Amino acid sequence: MADVRTDPIHQFGIQKLVDINIDGYDVSFTNSSLFMVLTLAAIALVLLWGSSSRAVVPGRAQTVAELSYEFVANTLRTAAGEGGMRFMPLVFSLFMFVLTANIFGMVPYFFTVTSHIIVTAALALLVIFTVTIYGFYKNGTHFLKLFVPSGVPAAIVPLVTLIEIISFLSRPLSLAVRLFANMLAGHITLKVFAGFVVTLTSLGAFGFLGALLPLVMVVALTALEFLVAFLQAYVFTILTCMYLNDALHPGH
Amino acid sequence: MSWFISQANAQESPVVPAEDGHAPTEAAGTTVAHEGGEHGGTFPPFDPSTFPSQLFWLAIVFIALYLLMAKKVIPQIGGILEARAAKIAGDLVEAEKAKAETDAAIVSYEASLAAARNKANAIAHETRSKVAHEIDARRHAAEAQLAGKLADTEKHIADVKRIALEHVSTIATETTEAVVEALVGKVGRDEAAAAVAAVSVGKH
Repeated sequence: MADVRTDPIHQFGIQKLVDINIDGYDVSFTNSSLFMVLTLAAIALVLLWGSSSRAVVPGRAQTVAELSYEFVANTLRTAAGEGGMRFMPLVFSLFMFVLTANIFGMVPYFFTVTSHIIVTAALALLVIFTVTIYGFYKNGTHFLKLFVPSGVPAAIVPLVTLIEIISFLSRPLSLAVRLFANMLAGHITLKVFAGFVVTLTSLGAFGFLGALLPLVMVVALTALEFLVAFLQAYVFTILTCMYLNDALHPGH
Repeated sequence: MSWFISQANAQESPVVPAEDGHAPTEAAGTTVAHEGGEHGGTFPPFDPSTFPSQLFWLAIVFIALYLLMAKKVIPQIGGILEARAAKIAGDLVEAEKAKAETDAAIVSYEASLAAARNKANAIAHETRSKVAHEIDARRHAAEAQLAGKLADTEKHIADVKRIALEHVSTIATETTEAVVEALVGKVGRDEAAAAVAAVSVGKH
């Protein structure tokens, strides 16, 4: 598997494009940075271009922009109520960024920004810190009621509280790992099957026929991965909304 | 899916170091330090040496994205949706108004139709009653006239009858006088009349 063409891990490698070093930290512009910037550019292009005409009857680009907006707005409103709409910029940015990065990752030779745990962890921590800080800012110590659900018999309150605390602490972890692992695993699987095709076709006529099966798999998996790309962006968003709901209404 | 720039993986294929095009020589060691994931090196997503760079650029990109969304895109799209909602609401109000106007027109049309019908009925009724009155009046007049004529005639008949009867009793008296004179002898006219009266009273 030394061959770059069939190595499933190679795609996650980070290469420096421009060396930058600030205060001893290596903050070089890498392929990952490049695709983050491209993600931003794509979002800005679609949304700004789409909403620039401000037509009452929307065109295609405007429909895309409006659908994204309303999709996220409805998700947020349903999960966190009208008060949650103040987080619309954050939730919308998260959704658009994760979705676009995931979809970009489906393009061959493109780097998948969200396949690196440091990126997903940073986004997850952003969510959790927002929830925690806003929760305490809005509700004060009342926010701690989040850990003590009402209507629980006094005898098991300590146990429930412990479980709630563990659950709260594991949120950023699950949020980060879910997205990261989905993107990573999907791309590895795709690459492994694609590698089979390459390896088998190099074995002559028999191999050529044998390569058909993994080829079909690759096609099917590609469709699945597009679904996963959208689904994970949605899951990340709706969980963010639910956590924000906790910050807004901690009383369960 | 990015096997992308990494054809120039310097550790794996040092024969083609220039393919990368990006600083292939100056920092071959550092460039490749965290891409040796293929063999023995760390798995790229878990390579901490790339974390500062990723976090740094993620922060820049995400803050830029957030500001763009918060300051530009969301107000813009929100404005579009609001304008559309306002337009739809306005159009609905207008349609409602038009409908109300139509309803009012229909009501007034029906009212005038009913009024016209009533008026027509009234005229017909009036005419009918007038005609009936006239007919009644004429009939009454005719009846009165006829009754008058009848009464006159009856009176006339009665007169004639009375005169005739008077003549009858005169004739009877004279006849009685003559008969009695022939049979018995002369009687007074008064006695004969009394006898005739007594007979005719008894007859009646």
